[in-house]
Amino acid sequence: MEKMANELHVLAVDDSHVDRKVIERLLKISSCKVTAVESGRRALQYLGLDGEKTSVGIDGLKVNLILTDYSMPGMTGYELLKKIKESSALSKIPVVIMSSEKILPRIDRCLEEGAEEFLLKPVKLSDVKRLRDFILRGEGDNEETEKKIKEGSSRKRKFHEDSSTQSMPSSLVTGHDIQSKPESSAASVSQQPLPKQPKIG
Amino acid sequence: MENQKQRQAAYLRRSLFDQGYIDDQFIHLEELQDDANPNFVEEVVNLFYTDSARLIRNIELALENGPYDFTRLDNMMYQFKGSSSSIGARRVKRQCCQFQEYCNAKNIEGCKNTFQGVKQEYNTLKTKLEAYFQMAREGSHYV
Repeated sequence: MEKMANELHVLAVDDSHVDRKVIERLLKISSCKVTAVESGRRALQYLGLDGEKTSVGIDGLKVNLILTDYSMPGMTGYELLKKIKESSALSKIPVVIMSSEKILPRIDRCLEEGAEEFLLKPVKLSDVKRLRDFILRGEGDNEETEKKIKEGSSRKRKFHEDSSTQSMPSSLVTGHDIQSKPESSAASVSQQPLPKQPKIG
Repeated sequence: MENQKQRQAAYLRRSLFDQGYIDDQFIHLEELQDDANPNFVEEVVNLFYTDSARLIRNIELALENGPYDFTRLDNMMYQFKGSSSSIGARRVKRQCCQFQEYCNAKNIEGCKNTFQGVKQEYNTLKTKLEAYFQMAREGSHYV
C-alpha cells in the first residue's frame, strides 16, 4: 500500500462545518492527512465513484480510511457506506460512522453493512488515535477482514458500554445524557491551569 | 508569573464551568491547542456562531406561522444541537433537547417558549466566551 510510514490519509465526511473543523484537527494531531468534504456526494466525487464525469480524477492520494457522519442531508452516512462497499474498487477501504445518537438498530445496521466501527459524537482525540492504530495494524490483515464480511452473519457489535475490552476498538459511551453528568466535574475542572496561550514578544 | 489579566481570564473560565455554561467537550477542544494553533477553541467557537446564525434564523421563521412542520423543526434543531455539543455548549444543548421534546409532542407553544430559551443561552454564552477569549489574549501579551 502506498502511504507514508505510519501516516494515513483519511477522508472525513460531515455536513457540519464546525464538526469538520474539529475532526480535521483531531486527525492532523494524530498525524493523518485529511481531506474533509461536506456530503456523501462530494465524497463519492472525490473517490471517483459518482458516475458523473469529473475533470479532475482522484488527486492521487490514496484513501486509507473514511470517517463519515451518519445524519446528513441528501445522502446519509449509511447510504455512503453502502455505495462504498458495493464498489469493487473501494470496498476494502475501512469506513467508520459517527453519530451523536446512540441508536442500537442503526449501529447494528451499519456494522452489518461493513462499517468498521461506530463512534459517538463528539468524537475525542482518544477515539481517533485508537482508530488510527487499529487501521495501521489492520493494514496487513485484509484477507481476514474480507472473510468476516463475506461470512455475512451479523457482526458482533464492537460498541461496548465499558472500556474493559481492548482487543477490538470499542467506542466508549460518553456522557451524552447531560442530566446524568455529575456536577462535581465542574469543580474538578476549576483546578485546570489556563490553556496554552501564545507567547508574544 | 501570572498577571492580573491571566488571573481574570482563569476566573472567567472557571465560572463558565461552575455555572454549567460549558462542559468537558470544551476542555477536549482546549487540549487540541498548541503553539502552532493557539486559538483553536476561539476559532471553533467563532465558526459555530457564524455558521449557526442562519440555522437559528430558519428555525425562527419556521416558528412564525402555521402549519407547523414538526419534523422539519426537529431536524433543524438536531443539526444545531450537534454543533452546540461539539463546542461544549451545555446549557444551549439542554434547551435544544427540550425543544426537541416539544417537537415530538407537537406542542408549538412549548417549542416557541423553549426557542426563546435557546436564543437566550446562545447569546449569553457568546458574550461570556468573547469576554473570556479577549481577557485570555490580553493576558498572554505580557508573558
